[in-house]
Amino acid sequence: MSGKATRAAGRERLGYLPYLVPGLLLFTAVIGVPFAMNVATGFTEWDGVGTPEWAGLANYARLAGDGEFWASFRHNALVIVAMAIAPTAIGLVLAALLTDLVDRHFGPRAASVLRACVYLPQVLPIVIAGVVWSWLLNPQNGAVNEVLAAVGLESLAHDWLGDPATALWSVLAVMVWVQIGFPLVVFMSGLQRVDPSLYEAAEIDGASWARRFRHVTVPQIRPEIFVVLLWTTIASLKVFAPIYVLTKGGPGGATSVPAYYSYQNFFDKTDVGYGAAITTVLTLIIVALTVVFLRAQGQGPEGER
Amino acid sequence: MTATLTGTGARPRRERRDARRRRGPSAYLVLVLLFALAGVMLIPFAVVVLNALKTPEEYSANGPLALPEGFSLEGVTAFWERTDFGQVLFNSALISGSVAVLAVLLSVLNAYALGIGRIKGRMWVLVVLLLANTLPQEALVYPLYYLAKQVGLYDTRLAVVIVFTVIQSAFGTYLLASVLSAFPRPLLEAARIDGASRWQVLRHVVVPVVRPTMAVLLVFFFVWTWNEFLIPLVFLVSNDNQTVSVALGVLQGQRLMDATMSSAASLLGLLPTVLFFLVFQRTLSRGLTAGALK
Repeated sequence: MSGKATRAAGRERLGYLPYLVPGLLLFTAVIGVPFAMNVATGFTEWDGVGTPEWAGLANYARLAGDGEFWASFRHNALVIVAMAIAPTAIGLVLAALLTDLVDRHFGPRAASVLRACVYLPQVLPIVIAGVVWSWLLNPQNGAVNEVLAAVGLESLAHDWLGDPATALWSVLAVMVWVQIGFPLVVFMSGLQRVDPSLYEAAEIDGASWARRFRHVTVPQIRPEIFVVLLWTTIASLKVFAPIYVLTKGGPGGATSVPAYYSYQNFFDKTDVGYGAAITTVLTLIIVALTVVFLRAQGQGPEGER
Repeated sequence: MTATLTGTGARPRRERRDARRRRGPSAYLVLVLLFALAGVMLIPFAVVVLNALKTPEEYSANGPLALPEGFSLEGVTAFWERTDFGQVLFNSALISGSVAVLAVLLSVLNAYALGIGRIKGRMWVLVVLLLANTLPQEALVYPLYYLAKQVGLYDTRLAVVIVFTVIQSAFGTYLLASVLSAFPRPLLEAARIDGASRWQVLRHVVVPVVRPTMAVLLVFFFVWTWNEFLIPLVFLVSNDNQTVSVALGVLQGQRLMDATMSSAASLLGLLPTVLFFLVFQRTLSRGLTAGALK
């Protein structure tokens, strides 16, 4: 009996397959084939013109001993903090404050105005964010240095993007500014789903704001937290445009990240094979991370229930 | 807000008034801090507006923080003419709008098969589809450039639309599939027993329920595509096809702009997205509240 039922269920599921066909065909043409070509290029020596020459694992052997490549990975670890972990944490607290405190005590209008302000940098094209921050941080009459001078902290004025000691930190700060809005909006929409009586009950029981945050807010929007953390972590691993616009990986590679390093190899050094190898390694890391995240997401909440 | 007036409306409203009365000094402190944070987030926008309206002489004399002495559109018009900005705006709108609509449709179809259909191995299909959005675009741009030339789509807006429809729909598929996997099964089964085909279930049962999420995705996709840089830069070489980001990036790269012209360029570059956002921010929150009422 159960065998027949599963077969019927299987046939029922097969009926949904046609809905996946357009997506899979487009995916193959736009992602699958080009990616396979890129992986193949990683095993060759190629300057972008003529025929690629088979090189086996030579590019990968080179990678293992390339200090610049490893340095770019260390920078990327910090980028994950600036683009994924910090914005998620800040976004979570802000979303809870806006929903639980501002919305309820000062009305939804105040909450949505504040949300709009924090989200605004997200709608700014990254190229423009780069242009703007390049001047704000400009060593000659840039706004940041002018403000420091105005409040008497002239000694702190600095060539923020030009000094290897501060370049990376300046870029990271810009990334936090750009990124906070995304988790905030997703978390606030998740919190709309939460039954307000949960908060009221907790409040009547005398639970502090911090306790309500830990025991009501966070567990209720766990799915959103997973989605946002996964998404922002992936975005930070392939970060390119902010680095390109703000510093071009400089000064002296101080802000280089793997995505930018591969770009340099593709277009500046026309070492296409080596660039392809870098992006292949980066892709493997991202895929592994995605699988781990999705596994954790699939198991975590159900295991507790 | 209007929705709360129906049904159990009376009670929550009274409670809301009570809550307002209860707000203490610490609530005000938090509110002030939040507004301060919001102000800090907006400073760069203010600086852009401030300097876009100055003449170059004024900028070099007074620096970036001084208020403009008059209302000069010199930088704005210079930039507009140099880039043929009307055409550039149209290109960006056409590409982002097409991608937003097509990618939402594709996401719904994918998510229907994965989330509702629960096709075997859907976990792996999802991981593979996610590759579209997770792969570094540098890993695709060379082969895509080569292939586009082979099929005659190089330097066309259509090529960029196709590529980003696939890339954006990965996130939409992921989000919608996880929403749809929690879809109330009895509702689906009832419709199927009543003789509705899968297509009818999708159109008349599933889509109306997830419409708020679709609206949110539409806004996200539009903005994300508008802001893309690397692939449009490689694909759209001729001036007639360039997007806002590409036109700005190219000009910035040539270092031909003075400070007021770059701020004017920034202003023109960010205005459309900010306007779009302000218009749709209402739809966004309304969609999200409507979703919460269920």
